[in-house]
Amino acid sequence: MGRLTYLAVLAGCLLAALWLEPVFRVDVLRRWRRLLLTVAPVVLVFGLWDVAAVAAGHWSFDPAQTTGVLLPGGLPLEEVLFFVVVPVCAVLGFEAVRTVLRWPVGDERGAAGPGGAPRGGTPGGGGPGGGG
Amino acid sequence: MTYTQAALLGVVAAMLVDLAVLRTGLLRRGVFWVTYPIVVAFQLLVNGVLTGRSVVRYHPDAILGVRLAYAPVEDLLFGFALVLVSLSLWVWWGRRGVQPPDHRRKV
Repeated sequence: MGRLTYLAVLAGCLLAALWLEPVFRVDVLRRWRRLLLTVAPVVLVFGLWDVAAVAAGHWSFDPAQTTGVLLPGGLPLEEVLFFVVVPVCAVLGFEAVRTVLRWPVGDERGAAGPGGAPRGGTPGGGGPGGGG
Repeated sequence: MTYTQAALLGVVAAMLVDLAVLRTGLLRRGVFWVTYPIVVAFQLLVNGVLTGRSVVRYHPDAILGVRLAYAPVEDLLFGFALVLVSLSLWVWWGRRGVQPPDHRRKV
């Protein structure tokens, strides 16, 4: 696989989660604005951590197994895509679990007032968004 | 600072984001603890391949040396922080009214 190795791993990861969108009708990709607002800060913060870690010599990337496209800070393109793919997969899984179990997660209508403290999760407690 | 220290710091920071900053309280919710083991299984696979094939190489001085499916245990902490912050942000935006779940329940 050579230089596409890292990219292929990311593609596999995405494929392993994308089916959740149509099968469980989680509407994660359809709610792309919310997804974008979620992913952008993650890319920024963890990207900075990554740049700092590379600078500190914590880890490095094999140039023979990455595309060679480097982004500002010297990060391979794949590493930044990692911070996009993992959150997207995590949110897809989270929404699928929530759809199946119907447990509240805290974003339901009236779940918490503005600035209100979140309530503890009571499994099976019956969130308000269960009508169907 | 070693990767071990940075990863521990990352976990603490992520927990603070969830419990105190965004106040999403996912750590107290069942849905998170059902989701996380599923995500972590894939994470071990991905990190295992990336580390096992030496796509990502770790400096021995930066890690404890304890490995799980080829990947240093620190990756597990890094991954936990990454997933917790991502899900916390997702729920936070939804609670603020950005494309909340209700719109899709129009059957």
